[in-house]
Amino acid sequence: MSNSTITNEFALARLSAKFGDKIISSETPFDLLTIEVPSADAHEIIQWLKEDEVLKVSYLTNLGGVHYPTDKDREFAVVYHIHSLVNNFRIRVKAFIPLGNPAIATITDIFVGANWMERETFDFYGIIFTGHPNLKRILNEEDMDYHPMRKEYQLEDDTRQDKDNRFFGR
Amino acid sequence: MNEWLDDDIKPGNNLSKETIDGDIATLNLGPTHPATHGIFQNILKVDGERILSSEQTVGYIHRAFEKIAEHRPYNQITPLTDRLNYCSSPINNMGWHMTVEKLIQAEIPKKVDYMRVIIMELARIADHLICNSVIGVDTGALTGFTYVFQQREKIYELFEEVCGARLTTNVGRIGGFERDFSPTFHKKLKDFLKEFPKVFNEFDNLLSRNRIFMDRTINAGPISAERALEYSFSGPNLRAAGVDYDVRVMNPYSSYQDFDFIVPVGTQGDTYDRFQVRQEEIRQSLSIIKQALDAMPEGKYFADVPEFYLPPKEDVYNKMEALIYHFKIVMGETPVPVGEVYHSVEGGNGEVGFYLISDGGRAPFRLQFRRPCFIYYQAYPEMITGQSISDAVLTLSSMNVIAGELDA
Repeated sequence: MSNSTITNEFALARLSAKFGDKIISSETPFDLLTIEVPSADAHEIIQWLKEDEVLKVSYLTNLGGVHYPTDKDREFAVVYHIHSLVNNFRIRVKAFIPLGNPAIATITDIFVGANWMERETFDFYGIIFTGHPNLKRILNEEDMDYHPMRKEYQLEDDTRQDKDNRFFGR
Repeated sequence: MNEWLDDDIKPGNNLSKETIDGDIATLNLGPTHPATHGIFQNILKVDGERILSSEQTVGYIHRAFEKIAEHRPYNQITPLTDRLNYCSSPINNMGWHMTVEKLIQAEIPKKVDYMRVIIMELARIADHLICNSVIGVDTGALTGFTYVFQQREKIYELFEEVCGARLTTNVGRIGGFERDFSPTFHKKLKDFLKEFPKVFNEFDNLLSRNRIFMDRTINAGPISAERALEYSFSGPNLRAAGVDYDVRVMNPYSSYQDFDFIVPVGTQGDTYDRFQVRQEEIRQSLSIIKQALDAMPEGKYFADVPEFYLPPKEDVYNKMEALIYHFKIVMGETPVPVGEVYHSVEGGNGEVGFYLISDGGRAPFRLQFRRPCFIYYQAYPEMITGQSISDAVLTLSSMNVIAGELDA
C-alpha cells in the first residue's frame, strides 16, 4: 500500500482542517488511515471525501458492520473502506452507533453500489440506514426475526450436549 | 441503444402496466434455470422480448461464512474461502493466507511469492476460461466450450498435484506451501504451457472475430465507466468499461511488481468487451506464469512462522517443539496479535478483500469478505433494461456472477 501519491498525514491534515474535532480519533494500523467520526456526520464527511478536488476518494470498496457487545452506547460500528483510484489512497471511516438506536444515514445517494452492502449490514446486524430506498433483508429469509451476526447468537444450538466446543477450536 | 424507450422509461424503473401500451408479461428467470449457471432469481417484466424491469432475489445458497469464521481458528477458515468463488478458489485461499500473514507480520520468502503467483494465475486462467466459454455456449456456440474444458481439466490436475484437491482446493497454508512443487508438477506445467496456447488460439479463432458472435455480443448489457465506478465494479467487468484498476498493479502483493504484464481495458463495457478483456488476461496470465517459472528463486517454500505453519510429520514424532506447535495449531490455541487489517487480491472477478478484526482470540472477532460478485450484481437490472431476454442471459454469463461468492 506504499505507492500512494498522497500520504496519510497529508490526508488527515486536510480532513482535520475541514472538519476539525468531528474527526474523533485517527490511527494508521498497517498503514491504512483509519478515522472515527460521529455517526451524524459520517454522510457529510464521506460526501466531502468523494467530492474533494485533491483527495478524490471516490470508490467505495467495502461497507460492513461490527458488533462490540461490551462497549456501552458504541455497540455497533459501521465501517467504510473507501479508495481513491486516482491517488491510489485508501481510507477507513468508522462510525459508532448505540444498540438503543442503531441508525445512520444511508450513503446510497453518494455511492449507488452501497445499496446491497447496506442491506446486507441491516440483514446481519439490524443497523437501520435512514433514507435507504429499499432497506430489507437480502441474504436471509424475509420473515427471520433476528439479526444473526450479532454476538449474542451462537453458531450452534446451546442445548447441544454431544460435543464440547472447547475441543474443537470454537 | 435504448432509442426505442420513451423518456419516462429509464433503466431501473419498475413500470406499471398502465405506463406503456400493450401487454406486459411477468417472467421468472431462475432460480434454477440452466441459462443462469447458478441459483439466481430474476423476476422480469417483459414487453414481448424486451425487458422493462427486473427484480433480483439473492441468498439461495447463503451459508453464513462470516458467522462461521468467527468461530474457527485461522487455519480452519481457508476451506470457507474455497467456497466463495469456487471457479478460482486458490486465489481466495491465498488472499486469506496473505491477510493473516499481514496481521502476524510474517516475512514471506520470495520463492513462496512466486509459487503463489503461478498457482493464482493458473486459477485465473481456469476462471476466465469457464466464463468465456460459457458466453460462447449462451450464444449457441458449444464447440469452443468443449475445446477449453480439456485444458481446464489440465489446470485442475496441476492443482491436484500441488494439494490433492481440484475444485475446492484449500491450497497452501498460512506461511507458504505444505510441499515444494514436485517434478511431476513441473512436467505437467511445462506440457500445459506448450499445449494450451494452441488450443486457446483455436478457441479464440472460433469466437473473437466471428461475425455472428460479434453481432450477438456487441452492445449486449453495456455499462459506462462512470456507472461501473458508482456501482463499485472491479476486475474484468470494470476494465471492460475502460477503467484500468487492477489490484495486482495498484497495490502489488505476492511480488507482482516483479512481473511484466499489461492490464487490458475495453471501451464499451458490453459483453464483447468483457469477453475480450478476459481473453487478453488469459494471455497475460500465461506470460506471468512463464516469467515466474523462469525466475523462480531458490529458498524455502514456507515462511518461518512455526506458530502457524504445521511442522513436517517426522518432526512432530521426533521433536518436542514441533509436537507442541502441531498440537497448538490443530487445537486452535495459537496466540494471534490484536489488530485490524484489510487486504485485497485480484480475484477472478475483481477485488477480493478480507477485512479482519482480531481481538487476540483463537478465532477472528470479525471477518468480512469483500465479494466482487455481490457488489456488481446489483447493477444487473440497470444493464439489462431495454435489452432482449437472450441478451440478459448473455449479460449474466459475461459478468461471471458466481453464486458462491454472491451469497457467501
